[in-house]
Amino acid sequence: MSRARVVGWAVVALVLMALAVPWFLWGSARIAFGLPLWLWWHVGWMALASVVFAVFAWTDWGIGVEGVGRRG
Amino acid sequence: MADTALQLGIVGAYMVLALAVGAVAYRLTERTAEDYYLASRTLGTVVLLFTTFATLLSAFTFFGGPNIAYSAGPEWILVMGLMDGIIFAVLWYVLGYKQWLVGKRHGYVTLGEMLGDRFGSTPLRVLVAAVSLFWLFPYVMLQQKGAGQAIVGLTGGAVPFWVGAGGITLFMILYVALSGMRGVAWTDTLQGLFMLSLVWVAVAWVLSAVGGAGAATDLLATEQPAFVALGGGLYTPQYVVSTAVSIAFGVTMFPQINQRFFAAGSKRVLKRTFALWPVLVLLLFVPAFMLGAWAAGLGVAVPEGGNVVPALLGAYTPGWFTALVIAGAMAAMMSSSDSMLLSGSSYLTRDLYRPLTGRGDASDERTDRREALVARVGVVAFATLSFVASLYTPGTLVQIGDTAFSGFAQLTVPVALALYWRGTTRSGMYAGVLGSQAFYALHVFPVVSTLAGLVGLDVALPTAYLGWTPGVVGILVGLVLTVAVSLLTSPAASEDRTVYAVSGVESD
Repeated sequence: MSRARVVGWAVVALVLMALAVPWFLWGSARIAFGLPLWLWWHVGWMALASVVFAVFAWTDWGIGVEGVGRRG
Repeated sequence: MADTALQLGIVGAYMVLALAVGAVAYRLTERTAEDYYLASRTLGTVVLLFTTFATLLSAFTFFGGPNIAYSAGPEWILVMGLMDGIIFAVLWYVLGYKQWLVGKRHGYVTLGEMLGDRFGSTPLRVLVAAVSLFWLFPYVMLQQKGAGQAIVGLTGGAVPFWVGAGGITLFMILYVALSGMRGVAWTDTLQGLFMLSLVWVAVAWVLSAVGGAGAATDLLATEQPAFVALGGGLYTPQYVVSTAVSIAFGVTMFPQINQRFFAAGSKRVLKRTFALWPVLVLLLFVPAFMLGAWAAGLGVAVPEGGNVVPALLGAYTPGWFTALVIAGAMAAMMSSSDSMLLSGSSYLTRDLYRPLTGRGDASDERTDRREALVARVGVVAFATLSFVASLYTPGTLVQIGDTAFSGFAQLTVPVALALYWRGTTRSGMYAGVLGSQAFYALHVFPVVSTLAGLVGLDVALPTAYLGWTPGVVGILVGLVLTVAVSLLTSPAASEDRTVYAVSGVESD
């Protein structure tokens, strides 16, 4: 159970990292609301990351870190 | 000329304010090493968030970063987001929270102590401290040099370099030696809030003068269409990922950042800081770097060797405001340096002085007081040496300072393995730390080409592997070496594999 949650959160972290740069907009120069579209992606993604981090902190904080190594 | 007096006045006022904060912190500081270096592990959310943040920021936020955005486009914002906003936050949890738990349980103050205890090895402790100081010292020197040059620039040469750099060094010694971590953290907080407000006022001012963000971005798209498009030029996918990974990994092993992992007041503080991190990154770097990019569209001319933000502000805002921003940037430089000085001195006194003079870690009130004195002597020695070096700035030192982040990044993987994998052995640690450092150093310093030149050969190591920097490849080398050698060797008798097994319950 706990292991599944560790893996799940690790996947979430990897997705947050992988899409912090909007690779699908690579080369795009589209502008929206006064800023490049990719910059809006950055704004949204950082806000999302903050929310995800907060959810993690209040639900599963400690998994994978506390007590690690006890079982060897 | 009036601006010069104003700028000097603002810098001077900042110093007086910081010294006052230091004096208050001094009154609250107990005469123990743990209090001096870690504020007795009591930092709260706002202070921990901003002290870590202000320490991360150097002149790069106001000068270096916007300059890159001005000349190559603002994609560095994404590098910052990936690096500081996400990867560093994850490392904050994975390494920082773990180190905090372990440090609280066993009373560690430095990274070297933590590793030396687990692997029963004083030489490992000395090695980690020595590697850290090797990369830290020139980095501090570069900050002193930068501050000295800024004073020279500010006064048009009326104040000579050595007076500027020396004055700032003296001030930092006084203030760090006086107040320790508590004072440093408090001024960092003031500083961080100050810088954050300043950058938003700057953006509002410039944008209202040019007709809003839309108009400014349209101008940029007309003048420099490539800057608006994502990627291109300097920015390749490998560049973005390599830079973000190596700096994020490096940051966690910078002594002044790593030591903050030990200084949090409670688990709650660590949680909140962790969640707020991406937002803070967003709030600071988007406006700071966009200023640089918009300046390119607005056709702001930057003088040779100058910086774009002061040039832009000079064109659109009154002189006193530009002065304020420059003072803020100089203060940022100092806030990074004083933290580095403090942490550097703890590595120096605890991980080098203690073991090399045969002193143990056992402490009572008397030895604690003596240690606190030694710590202050350490600060003076460290700052004086780096100041002297800044006067001569030999080329190699500049090179070491410039490559410090990736140098520190080589430590991250062995440390993470040590924290989480019980199979890590002392020999594995030596192999991982020494191997990755050697690999990286050989790429940074022209050792191979020089040696080959001596025997008449023209050989040099590649500057990149399929577009990936030696800094990132070195991290992988460290991973492979630590794991492989750990698997091939058995733990030494003095290793204690249980010290890092900590539960979260007892830490509340």
